[in-house]
Amino acid sequence: MTLNVDTPAPARRPGPRRTAGHRSPGRGGRGFARFDLRATPYFLVSPYFLLFAIFGVFPLGYTLWVSLYDWELAGDKTFLGLDNYINLITDGAFWNAVVNTLGMFVISTIPQLVLALIIANALNKRIRGRLFFRLGVLLPLVTSVVAVAVVFTQLYGRDYGMINWFLGLFGVDAIEWQNQSWSAWIAISTMIDWRWTGYNAIILLAAMQTIPKDLYEAAALDGASPRRQFWQITVPMLRPTLVFVVFISTIGGLTLFTEPVMFEGNPTMAGGATGQYQTVAMFIVKEAFRDFDMGYASAAAWLLFALILIGTLINYSFTRRIGGKK
Amino acid sequence: MTAIQTRPRSTRSQPRNRIWDAGPLTKVVLAFALVLSAFPIYYMFIMATRTNDEAIDTPPPLLPGGHLGENIQRLLSTEDAYFATGLINSAIVSITVTLSVVLISTLAGFAFAKLRFRGSKILLGLILVTMMVPLQQMGIVPLYEMMVTLGWTGQIQAVILPFLVNGFGVFMMTQYTTQAVPDELVEAARVDGASTMRIYANVVLPAVRPGMAVLALLTFMQSWNEFMWPLIVLNPDNPVVQTSIAALNQAHGTDYVMLFTGTAASVLPLFIVFVAFGRQIVGGLMEGAVKA
Repeated sequence: MTLNVDTPAPARRPGPRRTAGHRSPGRGGRGFARFDLRATPYFLVSPYFLLFAIFGVFPLGYTLWVSLYDWELAGDKTFLGLDNYINLITDGAFWNAVVNTLGMFVISTIPQLVLALIIANALNKRIRGRLFFRLGVLLPLVTSVVAVAVVFTQLYGRDYGMINWFLGLFGVDAIEWQNQSWSAWIAISTMIDWRWTGYNAIILLAAMQTIPKDLYEAAALDGASPRRQFWQITVPMLRPTLVFVVFISTIGGLTLFTEPVMFEGNPTMAGGATGQYQTVAMFIVKEAFRDFDMGYASAAAWLLFALILIGTLINYSFTRRIGGKK
Repeated sequence: MTAIQTRPRSTRSQPRNRIWDAGPLTKVVLAFALVLSAFPIYYMFIMATRTNDEAIDTPPPLLPGGHLGENIQRLLSTEDAYFATGLINSAIVSITVTLSVVLISTLAGFAFAKLRFRGSKILLGLILVTMMVPLQQMGIVPLYEMMVTLGWTGQIQAVILPFLVNGFGVFMMTQYTTQAVPDELVEAARVDGASTMRIYANVVLPAVRPGMAVLALLTFMQSWNEFMWPLIVLNPDNPVVQTSIAALNQAHGTDYVMLFTGTAASVLPLFIVFVAFGRQIVGGLMEGAVKA
């Protein structure tokens, strides 16, 4: 830790200032060693930043630019200023997509987190074949999203689907899962939950194992029941990890795309006859690549980003409260 | 020097507290979770061995049938899905992306974890912030225009290029290198006159190999899964495996068994990887989560 390359000299002027020369070998290659110490770190991180600039930063900025125009793929481009944004804010179809996205996000995330907590707590117990169970709950993560959507769409089929057959055993009439927004939301949310609950459980389990055991010891001595220990020790101590998990779920949930697209079967991006399960991501793709209104789609992309920012902030302040008594 | 133990494996001594023993409720929860996790996958493989008539039986079949070979043949001869092309393309895309992400992330991770340079904190912070931006969806219009300008729409390099780097990979390798490579080792190599690149090759790479493996597996899974961007930038006759299944779904949505044979084939490579390296994946996820 005595290595110190943070000299105040500007990088451009390789003056006579000593850098970390005292650490480099006294042999011939002193000049190279100094250059190596100073320049190589930048060389090592540059591939990332170079590629990220081209395929990440540039498109992002360019999207902002495009969003100010009436922009068609090969056609004329007319400057509109903020018109695209103003039109979006008054566009019922856009708000419909926002409501669908938020709806599916909420009804998928809450059960998912509760289930993940329960499973993680179970996995944290002393039991035979621990690794087997851990691998088992991770299995869905290894399935591709498209495959999940195909399988679940068949399971939710009206006539031959296993879920309607199962519900039929209890005398429930066949449900047309795709026809209403509530049923489509549920169907799509189960696809998300099925794939991600185990992953979240593993992450929470990892965090649970870092909680000092003597906390539980002390609580047990004081006569706290296992349930009380769970709520008063485990959950509050998991707060940072819960923040992380909610953060990941927020981004994933608000950019939802593959499941609803596969659910509709025909990738028209309409999300059902009345757009009952069209998400914001689908809306963007539809505007850009079905209706070729690139400017409008770009404005929607920036509004999606705003939505994610707001969502993250709300969730952050929400999750902060967990165990706030501590 | 090649075998640096980074974590003490389950050396924790468990105090006797009855909450650690799995009660009947725990067993029920775990059994239930396992069945729910495995069932849709099992169902998918079962359907791939059945005929369409059997697939719509009530109650649905729950045991394998004998039509797998015939379903595979039908799948491969279906013209509008180009399934074999999709599989090959996905393999090329995933392997290229994985190699690139792992190489670039270990290089940058080493620099951020073990080297001191001006602005390193800011640069790392920048990566963390950008991990929050859904770049793929936000930049989709410019990326598409870029590919049109370069004349690469419909070709797989258009799918590969935007995924060559990954902020999560850099972040993960930074974390991993920090804990897997002792500072003294780097300094000792430095005193011996090793250049930075030599330290990377001879000290860092051997030590971070387990982390690289986990990153490689996660990246492979992610790129194998990629759907939205290939759907937009590729043509139906030159798909990746996921868009090829979407095409099957669109054109042959009622041919259940062929659709299921396709999805089963598309997840098979992932399962092979999972069966071979599952333990490392679980370990890596848990380790990454704790340190994050």
